[in-house]
Amino acid sequence: MTALIDVENLTLKFRTDEGLITAVDNVSFSLGTGEVMGLVGESGSGKSVTAKALMHLNAKNAVYTPESKITLHTENGPVDVLSLRTPRELNIVRGGAVSMIFQEPMASFAPAISIGKQMVEQLLLHGDYTKEQAKRWSIEMLDRVGISDAAKRFDQYAFELSGGMRQRAMIAMALSTQPKLLIADEPTTALDVTIQAQVIDLMKDLVEEFHMGIVFITHDLGVVAQTADKVNVMYLGRMIEEGPVRDVIRNSKHPYTQGLLAALPKLDDLDSPLTPVPGDIPSPLERPSGCVFHTRCSQMVGDVCKTVEPRERDIDASHKVACHIYEKVPA
Amino acid sequence: MSDVLIRAKGLSVGFPIGGGLFSKQILKAVDNVSLDIEKGSFFGLVGESGSGKTTLGRALLKAAPITAGGAHYSDGEVDYDLENITRDQLKDYRKRAQLIFQDPYAALSPRMTVRDIIAEPLEVMGLTRNRQETDARVREIAAKCRLNLEHLRRFPHAFSGGQRQRISIARALVSAPKFIVADESVAALDVSIQADVLNLLKQIQSEMGLTFMFISHDLSVVAHTCDHLAVMYLGRLVETAPTRKLFAAPRHPYTKALFSAIPSLDPDDRGTAQKLTGEIPSPTNQPSGCKFHTRCPFAIDHCKQVEPQLESDGTGHEVSCHRWKELMAPVAA
Ligand SMILES: Nc1ncnc2c1ncn2[C@@H]1O[C@H](COP(=O)(O)OP(=O)(O)OP(=O)(O)O)[C@@H](O)[C@H]1O
Ligand SMILES: Nc1ncnc2c1ncn2[C@@H]1O[C@H](COP(=O)(O)OP(=O)(O)OP(=O)(O)O)[C@@H](O)[C@H]1O
Ligand code: SF4
Ligand code: SF4
Ligand SMILES: [Mg+2]
Ligand SMILES: [Mg+2]
Repeated sequence: MTALIDVENLTLKFRTDEGLITAVDNVSFSLGTGEVMGLVGESGSGKSVTAKALMHLNAKNAVYTPESKITLHTENGPVDVLSLRTPRELNIVRGGAVSMIFQEPMASFAPAISIGKQMVEQLLLHGDYTKEQAKRWSIEMLDRVGISDAAKRFDQYAFELSGGMRQRAMIAMALSTQPKLLIADEPTTALDVTIQAQVIDLMKDLVEEFHMGIVFITHDLGVVAQTADKVNVMYLGRMIEEGPVRDVIRNSKHPYTQGLLAALPKLDDLDSPLTPVPGDIPSPLERPSGCVFHTRCSQMVGDVCKTVEPRERDIDASHKVACHIYEKVPA
Repeated sequence: MSDVLIRAKGLSVGFPIGGGLFSKQILKAVDNVSLDIEKGSFFGLVGESGSGKTTLGRALLKAAPITAGGAHYSDGEVDYDLENITRDQLKDYRKRAQLIFQDPYAALSPRMTVRDIIAEPLEVMGLTRNRQETDARVREIAAKCRLNLEHLRRFPHAFSGGQRQRISIARALVSAPKFIVADESVAALDVSIQADVLNLLKQIQSEMGLTFMFISHDLSVVAHTCDHLAVMYLGRLVETAPTRKLFAAPRHPYTKALFSAIPSLDPDDRGTAQKLTGEIPSPTNQPSGCKFHTRCPFAIDHCKQVEPQLESDGTGHEVSCHRWKELMAPVAA
């Protein structure tokens, strides 16, 4: 395994009418080739914008702090992603070395162009294909994500496909360029479990085949357990826990991670009501002081939670958590 | 008479697709579906992607063309035959039956504030008399869906997926409908908010006396939410039963495969799911006989020739498979 992407001190704000919104707050992580990282967390915690930052793809009102640094390691050396400006420079990461499966399936297909045409155009833009080869490869990819009649679907428009098929077509398109890094934002949310299993297998095969790294955003912890090597948990723009998948799922440390696991609907207990993490998500304009989770935490260790931001602590060599419970010396 | 809110009989929806003007093929998205949705129930619809769940939901909302069979809506106040509904009736039906979309991104107009998005159905349908009344109603529903005043002033692009889904839910609820089709409404939500929204939907259901058709691919969500389930495959219902019965003893081989593919939360339990092999058949070129035979591990020659019909065992559990009885029988030692 070699280094693929390093994210250091990523802080991302959005300019809005009501002021600056902090969407990502000083986040660092790394991913190697052939590694699958699961990114989970509350809705609005900054997963999608973190993922988009890896392609320098956030909306125009995004502001990155000068300390923020994202380095993508390519065959031609390291690329400082956030310094890319021109469309030509950006082509290195967008649809080239990095591919993204977007959370919003409709948004990734132009409505008036057939699915196939879009796939072919993308391949012609980024690879050495003839038109005929590009078409053949596109149909093969559609087939591999389990779309029947791929040759016919090739000529259809996004609105003619069911939600799940659209999602699979999008996965096929993202994988067709054989990226080094695949960012999959909720790629299986509209898929039934049998197809989901198929898509997960396909992604695992591709990890092996192309030594691809995957950042897998999902709220489905079952899918994380089945796919990821490691897991990062976000809350209100902060990375609050990270570690190998077994440790985070079986031995979670952060009260928020524990709450997420407790909120899962369990098939072996249909009688108990579902238990969400109590309390409301704070507005991003009023980020809580101290620990960002303190307004909803049932395990607060004292005022320190309200005043001092917990640092990331090592539970062991690979498992980290940011919570005062695990601070050896309270500040 | 039982309290059935919606009864579909032989309902079919076909789309003309592809080809030239003269070689139009018909894609049967929903094929001869009959079902009863009881008043006040949470009726779940699960099944393969592309099996016609969304289309069936839309047909029941009179938002997809019914090409054969029909459906009947009866809530105690009005009685509509959806096939032969008049324009005035349809206008009224739109207030009574609402959709919560699968894709919260496509559903919300980017140029409207959240307040306006939620208020729009009230204004279009003329359900409130003045702006004050509208605002009060919007705030009430928004609060139910955990959106605060500050959220209402903003535009949807500034919201995350989960937040947007709560906006669509608020919009669907604001006209005080009786029947709601919720299409993958919690699929985009993280588990905590999902639990919250599901509890919310349940609570609103009992408070407002709503009936839900709940479309989801997430079986553990469905198990917790729905009292009755229908399983679809290639436009057909293959099994329906009260939720607990279905989970306790699924009868159709496709239902069994679905249950076995639920991803385990145990990272060491990878790849043990019983996987379906074979291609999903094309809906324009459907298999003969039982439509599942191309992927069914139990298919025999008879399955390829004769299409099984949905048969009831008298306890509300219906299944459409030639072999379900012998497959349920305990294996002799
Ligand atoms: N263009 C933008 N302008 C202003 N705020 C934005 C913009 N894009 C995102 N945000 C805000 O940034 C925060 C993080 O959003 P993001 O979409 O990354 O959440 P998420 O973790 O992906 O949530 P979900 O699970 O619901 O998809 C949210 O508070 C969101 O409202
Ligand atoms: N407007 C349309 N024109 C042509 N075909 C359509 C149209 N809408 C749906 N279909 C087709 O009808 C079939 C059923 O689609 P539908 O969206 O109902 O599936 P679904 O069960 O909701 O799937 P998913 O779980 O993926 O959302 C699919 O083959 C789809 O391609
Ligand atoms: S730091 Fe305090 S408030 Fe934050 S998660 Fe830990 S115990 Fe809870
Ligand atoms: S009828 Fe035959 S092919 Fe169809 S589900 Fe039953 S056993 Fe399988
Ligand atoms: Mg997101
Ligand atoms: Mg659908």
